[in-house]
Amino acid sequence: MALVDIVAHIPPARIAQDNAFFRTARQPSAVVGVLLLGFVVAMALLANQIFPGDPLDFVGQPFQRPGEDPSFPLGTDMLGRDLASGIFHGARISLLIGAVATAMSLVIGVGVGAFAGYYGGKIDASLMRLTEFFQTIPPFLFALTIVAILQPSIATIVGAIGVTAWPSLARLVRAEFLKLRHGDMVQAEIALGASDMRIIFRHLLPNTLAPIIVSASVMVATAILTESSLAFLGLGDPNVVSWGGMVGAGREVLRSDWYIATLPGVAIVVAVLALNLLGDGLNDAVDPKQERR
Amino acid sequence: MHQNTQPLVATHIEPLLTVNDLVVRFDSSRGTVHAVDGVSLSIKPGETLGLVGESGCGKSTLGRAIARLVEPQSGSVRLGGVDLTRLTRSGMRPYRRDIQVVFQDPLASLDPRCTVGMLIGEPLRIHGIGDRRQRRDRIADLLSKVGLSADSADRYPHQFSGGQRQRIGIARALALDPRLIILDEPVSALDVSVQAQILNLLVDLQSKLGVAYLFISHDLSVVEYVSDRVAVMYLGRIVETSTREKLWSSPAHPYTRALFDSIPRIDTGDLGRRRHMVQGDLPSAYNPPEGCHFHTRCPRAEEFCAVESPILRTVADSHVAACHFA
Amino acid sequence: MGEPVLSVDGLSVRFDRKGGALTAVDGLSFDISAGETLAIVGESGCGKSLTALALLGLVAAPGRIEGRSVKLQGRDILGLEGEALRRLRGNRIAMIFQEPMTALNPVLTIGEQIIEAITAHEDISHQKARDRAVSLLDRVRIADPRRRVNDYPHHLSGGMRQRVMIAIALACNPALLVADEPTTALDVTIQSQILELLDQIKRESGTAILLITHDLGVVSEYSDRVLVMYAGRKVEERTTRDLLKSPLHPYTRGLIAARPGRHHVNGLRTRLSEIPGMVPSLAEMPHGCGFAARCSFVVDACRIARPPLIPVGADGAVACLRIEEARASEHAAARCDAY
Repeated sequence: MALVDIVAHIPPARIAQDNAFFRTARQPSAVVGVLLLGFVVAMALLANQIFPGDPLDFVGQPFQRPGEDPSFPLGTDMLGRDLASGIFHGARISLLIGAVATAMSLVIGVGVGAFAGYYGGKIDASLMRLTEFFQTIPPFLFALTIVAILQPSIATIVGAIGVTAWPSLARLVRAEFLKLRHGDMVQAEIALGASDMRIIFRHLLPNTLAPIIVSASVMVATAILTESSLAFLGLGDPNVVSWGGMVGAGREVLRSDWYIATLPGVAIVVAVLALNLLGDGLNDAVDPKQERR
Repeated sequence: MHQNTQPLVATHIEPLLTVNDLVVRFDSSRGTVHAVDGVSLSIKPGETLGLVGESGCGKSTLGRAIARLVEPQSGSVRLGGVDLTRLTRSGMRPYRRDIQVVFQDPLASLDPRCTVGMLIGEPLRIHGIGDRRQRRDRIADLLSKVGLSADSADRYPHQFSGGQRQRIGIARALALDPRLIILDEPVSALDVSVQAQILNLLVDLQSKLGVAYLFISHDLSVVEYVSDRVAVMYLGRIVETSTREKLWSSPAHPYTRALFDSIPRIDTGDLGRRRHMVQGDLPSAYNPPEGCHFHTRCPRAEEFCAVESPILRTVADSHVAACHFA
Repeated sequence: MGEPVLSVDGLSVRFDRKGGALTAVDGLSFDISAGETLAIVGESGCGKSLTALALLGLVAAPGRIEGRSVKLQGRDILGLEGEALRRLRGNRIAMIFQEPMTALNPVLTIGEQIIEAITAHEDISHQKARDRAVSLLDRVRIADPRRRVNDYPHHLSGGMRQRVMIAIALACNPALLVADEPTTALDVTIQSQILELLDQIKRESGTAILLITHDLGVVSEYSDRVLVMYAGRKVEERTTRDLLKSPLHPYTRGLIAARPGRHHVNGLRTRLSEIPGMVPSLAEMPHGCGFAARCSFVVDACRIARPPLIPVGADGAVACLRIEEARASEHAAARCDAY
């Protein structure tokens, strides 16, 4: 009662400034996340400029430690490939797979969740059975099986991750839709004569965007991890360099030349950490309880 | 200062809306609720029918069933010869222009991510009325009708006070020039000084536009103020319908009398008045009493009230009540 | 009347925030005697509920309670903390909230909750506490209390739950009962039962009652004196009869006149009188009278300084510089109506 009263008396202009963007910018974890992610994105964008040529080419002596040869600042692996070039180009692959696979999961997950939540009844029941079917198989094993059956390539890896990662998102969107579905906002739209598609896409989806964005940021991180794990197990696309593949390759010489596996491993950690921090910060920023303050 | 409250119609004029034996049931794990249990009523063009009752009596459900926001199990809702309950959802769309709804909590019924202009313009866009410029003019016109400044169109609902938000909800309901507006507790969330502003606005709009209202409220004094005729609901059934004057001067149903007696009043000449209170609680809607639903709390109840459901009988001209003793 | 049960002097509640504190309750003073019901009436956001919470020290940070003194039966309770505050709550002062379902614990039977309230303040055996719980349920007119004592809150209707809340509040025979909108969530037929019950308790045991409400009808029938709050301040305090018969402050007049009902003369509907505009926000509270921007009798002096409380009658007070003018205009209006 008391807090609500106080909020009711804050002048409107201040509430307007107090939007999700400003609140995100005030979260320290989100700021660190954005900075780290910016760094990884910059690596991906500048890979071709700083390291022209194929990162899979043998360019120097094998087993050069970081700093040994100024032209290979992070050293070379057992085949004489430039580790720095691999990490920069690997960032492109990781981000690409993370983004595209997440986009795919978003389309499936939001679609399934929205229709299940909005229409309810039999549509909901059948869509939720489908979701549960996907949830009974651990997503990583599922993706592994798909990639193993089809040949490993960027397209099959993206497809495998995208097809297996959506169920949790579908449940989230369904829950949000169910909450709003029987509220007065939807009733008011129906009373105006709005079509289902208009209600779903113009009113319900924008109002569930916040939690979707939060979970999307974490899904990108998970997709990067999944791709790395697949590549580590040898199910990466052999024609492109990948952080997970680099770790996998360096694994055999971990005792003697630890840096070959560790450096790309650090890159994975940084990228995943950045996205998780960002997701955390966004989550706090869109938390309705925060809006009260 | 004074304005005429009598509907400008004679009794022989065709009703705008006729509800006949409407039934709405909800099934849940706890059982079946007859939220609306065979309700009949009619509303004439330009009049206000007040619908009053306590929480859970089904008055909101009845309002929503008339607007086809909940599906009735049986009965009919006729608007100018068309039974709305038989229409498909898309078949219903053109008729939605005639029946609009204003909800209790405008913050819950207005999309927080739309500007007021978008919200008020939405019904026009949905029904393909006018081009962009015409719609903008219409939005400005509607805003001024409900007493909001033209620059409100670019702001968001949360930037307004409760009373102003209800004005937005009313402007949106007026956009399509409806013939009937269902007002579901439109002033219950508002403070009394703001409530007076909204009630005056509703009365002014009605006399200007000739729109009919179904005014749903638990607050008898509000209903008395706005209504031409009043229907009283108890546990899914209408127990009494009459004109405002007759209902207030000579209520026929014991429940109506109990309601009147329960309202705390400012009667400065009559301080310390002790009333006849209704005994007991509202029975569960899952398991309403047999016979007359009110017999468990009724001071006049006799044995056969628990067996026989009273039907609505005429007790005076345009005054019906469902009581064996009325 | 003797020593008042509660004597509040200069109570304020402020909320610290960037750019200065917001004052939600501003220097409120009032007394309540034994066996008396004081109603605090006002619209949402006027600070009436916050006043109730402040009496029990229930204002959470960033809120801050200030004041000269809050004396309960002669003892200053302002600024009590920890154990001393806990002993006070539920023992000498008890509170009833608007929404009984959220104030009751859904996983405990109502008997257990009443027993808990008793044993928190008194060292008596479980069996004795249980007997007392049964007699309390009987006292709040719950039928078949021996069986009901084992019910869970969800078994009960809203009105019954509020009765249980009252039973818990009465567990230790409090000197003061604070009822914050106790019937706002209830239906009108149940509301009258609950208010009647509170009235009986007051008459039987001489408890002082502070009744927070927005409903002037409730004020009219169930209070002895009224304090009208506007924007955190007291604008008028009178006996209920005087206030309703001849309200003095323009805001009080506006509140009474804005009530619908009885507005039909010979079948014609008269316009409701509105109070134009809305309550000023706490951040933009004017220096002078908080009601100045909405008042039809406003003069420059109203905007310069807060109008002082002027004594009216035996123990009334009103904070308005323009009482005489407002009164005169009412007489003029009354003459107009006669034509």
